[in-house]
Amino acid sequence: MTTTPGPSRRALLRVAALAGRALLVVWVTATVVFLALRAAGGDPVEAVLGGPGSQAGPEAVAAARAQYGLDLPVWQQYLLQLWRVLTLDLGDSYARRTPVLDLVLSALGPTAALAVSALVLGWLLALGAAWLVSWARAVSGRLAPVGRAVVAVVRGWEVLASVLPHFWLGAVLVALFAVGLRWFPATSTPGSLAGLVLPTVTLAIPLAGFLGQLLGEGVGDAESRPFATTARARGAGPTRVFSRHTLRHAAIPTVALTGWAFGFLVSGAVVVETLFGRPGLGRLLVDSTLQRDVPVVMGAIVVIALVYVLLTVVTEAVEGLLDPRAATTGEDR
Amino acid sequence: MRARLLGVAGWAALAVVVLLLLAVAAPDLLAPGDPDATDVTASLHPPGWGHPLGTDELGRDVWTRVVHGARSSLGVGLVATTIGVAIALVLGLAAGLGPRWLSTVVARIVEILYAFPTLVLALLLVAVRGPGLAASVLAVGIATAPGYARILRARVRGVAVSGYVTAARLEGAGWWRRLTRHVLPNTLWPLVVVVTLGIGQAVVWVAGLGFLGLGALPPAAEWGAMLNAGRVYLTTAWWLSVGPGLAITVTAAALTVLGRALGRVSPS
Repeated sequence: MTTTPGPSRRALLRVAALAGRALLVVWVTATVVFLALRAAGGDPVEAVLGGPGSQAGPEAVAAARAQYGLDLPVWQQYLLQLWRVLTLDLGDSYARRTPVLDLVLSALGPTAALAVSALVLGWLLALGAAWLVSWARAVSGRLAPVGRAVVAVVRGWEVLASVLPHFWLGAVLVALFAVGLRWFPATSTPGSLAGLVLPTVTLAIPLAGFLGQLLGEGVGDAESRPFATTARARGAGPTRVFSRHTLRHAAIPTVALTGWAFGFLVSGAVVVETLFGRPGLGRLLVDSTLQRDVPVVMGAIVVIALVYVLLTVVTEAVEGLLDPRAATTGEDR
Repeated sequence: MRARLLGVAGWAALAVVVLLLLAVAAPDLLAPGDPDATDVTASLHPPGWGHPLGTDELGRDVWTRVVHGARSSLGVGLVATTIGVAIALVLGLAAGLGPRWLSTVVARIVEILYAFPTLVLALLLVAVRGPGLAASVLAVGIATAPGYARILRARVRGVAVSGYVTAARLEGAGWWRRLTRHVLPNTLWPLVVVVTLGIGQAVVWVAGLGFLGLGALPPAAEWGAMLNAGRVYLTTAWWLSVGPGLAITVTAAALTVLGRALGRVSPS
C-alpha cells in the first residue's frame, strides 16, 4: 500500500458504502414484492384484493388499479413500485381499510420487545456455554475426562438446540411451565412481563444453539493463537484468557451474523406470536396471509427490510469497536 | 475407516433416518392401525398404554397418524428442497462461473435474500397464491434457495479458480466441458451434505406453514396439519402438539447430524 486515505475520507467512503448497501436492500425488496405479485398469475389486481373470487367492488378495483398503476406498461409499474417503497407509500389494507403503515408500525413495538429480549437471552446462553467450554478445556490432570465430558455435553446441547422448531419448543414449554407447573401464562399480552417469559425462551434457545456453535468455533480457533498462549504464559487463568482475549476474537464473526439472526428471529416471531396469541408483526403477517390481504404482507416486508438496513449499520459500528483492524486499515484480516 | 469417521452420533442419526424411511415405505409395520379410524369413546386420551402418543379429539391414535404422516411430510420436504436446490444451482453456477460483474451482482442479491426471514418470504408467496400444501411447498423451496445459492456460489468459485479448471481452460476445453467434467463433480459432494441438512429444515418450514394454517389442512395425517389441529387444544391436550412436533424435531435433528457427519467424511 503506497498511500493511505485520511480518516475523514475513509469515514466518508464507509458511509457511502453503507448507503449503497441500504439502497440495494430496498431495491431487492421492492423487486421481490413486484415479482411476487406477478407470480400470482392472472390479473394482479385480483391478487391485491384477496385472490380469485374476490368480493371487491368495482370502486375498490378501480382504486387498486390506480394505486398500483396497473394500467401502465410493466416497466412503469415497476418504477412506480420502487418509488412507493422509497417514499413508504404502502397503500391501504384490503381487509381492514386502514393504512398499511399504521398497522405495521403499531405491530412493530411488541415484536421488537420480544426479539430484543430473545436476542439478549440467546447471547447470554451462548456466552455461558462458550465460557464453560473454555474452562473445561483448560482442565488437566485427573479431571481431564470430566472436562472432555463437559465439552461434549455443551456441543450436543448446542446442536440439539439449534434444530428445535419454535412451534414444538413452544408447545413443550407450555405443557411444562403453563399447564404442568403453572409458573407462567400460556398466552402473552404485551405489557405483561410474566407473559413474555415463555415466548422469549422459545425464541432464544434455538438462537443460542446457533450463536453458541459459532462462538465456540471462534474461541477454539483463538485459543491456539499466539496472543492466547502469551496470556496463559503470563499466568492468566482460563476465565481471564476467555474474557479478555479469545472471546473478543470469537465475537467478531458472530456479531457479523446479526443480520441473519434478525431474519431467524422474525421467522420465529411469526410462529411464536401465533402460538402464544401475542399481537405483533408476525401475527399481523399470518392473519393477513390467511385473509390474502396482500398490501399488508408487502408493506410488512418493506418495513422488515428497512429495520434490517438499520440493524446492518449498528452491526458495522459494533464490529468496528470489537475489531480495531476493521476500522483502521482495509487490509485482509 | 469411514465407519469410524461417522461417529456415534452419526450412526444414531443414520438409524433414525432408516427408521423414517421404513415409516415412509411400510408404515403398517410400525403402526398397524388405520390413521383415520375414529373412536369417540377414547377421545383426548393422554399418552399411555395402548396409545403411546395419546389420542386426538376424535379418538384417533396420534402415534399411528404420526407414522402414516411421515410419507407426505418427508415427501414435501424432499420436493421443497429439490426446488430450492434447482434454483440455487442456476444462481450459484451463474455467479461462480460467469463474468465478474454478474458474480458480484448475484452474490449481493443472494446475500440480502439470505438474511431475509425465510418464513416471511414464504408467507408472501402463500399470500399471493393462496394457502394450500402445493403453495407452501413451492414457497418453502423458493424461500430456502438463497441459502443454498450462497453455499454453492462459494464452492463453485473455489473450484472455478482451482488449478485443474485453469489447466482445462488452457487446454482449450469449452465452458460446457469445464462445467460438466470438472466443476459439477467437485461441487456434488458438498451438495449431498447440504441437501441432507436442507431436507430436515424444509420439513420444519413446511410444517411451520401447516401449523399456521397455511399448508396442508386437517384432517390430513400430515405433521404440519396435525400441529394446526392441535393448536386449539394446546393447554388442554398438549400431546396433540408435542407428538407430531417430536417427529419433526427428531427428523430435523437426525438429518442435521447425519449431514454434518457426511461433511466430515467428505473426500475433499
